[in-house]
Amino acid sequence: MFEAWIPALAGGVLIGLSSVLLLWLNGRIAGISGIMNGVLLPKSGETSWRIAFLLGLIAAAGLYIAFVPGAPQPRQGFSTTGLIIAGLLVGFGTRMGNGCTSGHGVCGLGRFSVRSLAAVLVFMATAMLTTFLLRHVWGLS
Amino acid sequence: MSRLLVSALVAGALFGLGLAMSGMTDARIVLGFLDVAGAFDPTLMFVLAGAVATTALLFTPILRRGHPLFASAFQVSNLKHIDAPLLAGAALFGIGWGIAGYCPGPALAGLGAGSLESLWFVPAMLAGSLLHRLLFR
Repeated sequence: MFEAWIPALAGGVLIGLSSVLLLWLNGRIAGISGIMNGVLLPKSGETSWRIAFLLGLIAAAGLYIAFVPGAPQPRQGFSTTGLIIAGLLVGFGTRMGNGCTSGHGVCGLGRFSVRSLAAVLVFMATAMLTTFLLRHVWGLS
Repeated sequence: MSRLLVSALVAGALFGLGLAMSGMTDARIVLGFLDVAGAFDPTLMFVLAGAVATTALLFTPILRRGHPLFASAFQVSNLKHIDAPLLAGAALFGIGWGIAGYCPGPALAGLGAGSLESLWFVPAMLAGSLLHRLLFR
């Protein structure tokens, strides 16, 4: 029996509630790539809340991973070249496509946006294909 | 500190907590989901289901209120068309996600845990975003 479904579902609901809170109180979409890009290329009046959001995210995740017994630990030891190529693609792609798993996935699907659904289907498909090729065809990861 | 900053900080903390609790900060679990031909790990499916069920249930009544509690207007994309940049961008993002198992949220969350992988991935991700800016404006 798959046991990790309880923290997975609970964590998912927390992510959903985070997005609900940000929309209800501030009227903003909790899309991580959008928030990050907004800090990278600042627009007046829209920078400080984004920094606050990211600091909250980084601190809370760090505290949970450090202090909660049995918390899933980040992987270590993946190829540095792989991380850099992947990072470039994720940064470039989420900017070009205006969103990632949170903006298009959690928030876009939550407001029944067909545009976001298209993005989600495409990035799920290319991610699965990439993992398949790397692991089962080229034996690289 | 203005209430807009407090609410953003709290929302960010909830998001980080959700990522860490659900295991999304461990890229092995994410790649386990993406590897449909291997030992498939359904964790990410439960995370996405919990998150989307919550937003799908609550976004509509919130958006019907006319304006958010602390601000004058909702800033929500009203783009409708499915165009080439959307699809190409999503495709490239997916390739990067499938290589290392990090999307932006978990990669940033890893910084809080002092993950070395995040220390390589996040600067590359910022560089990729800036590269797009250089090429397309």
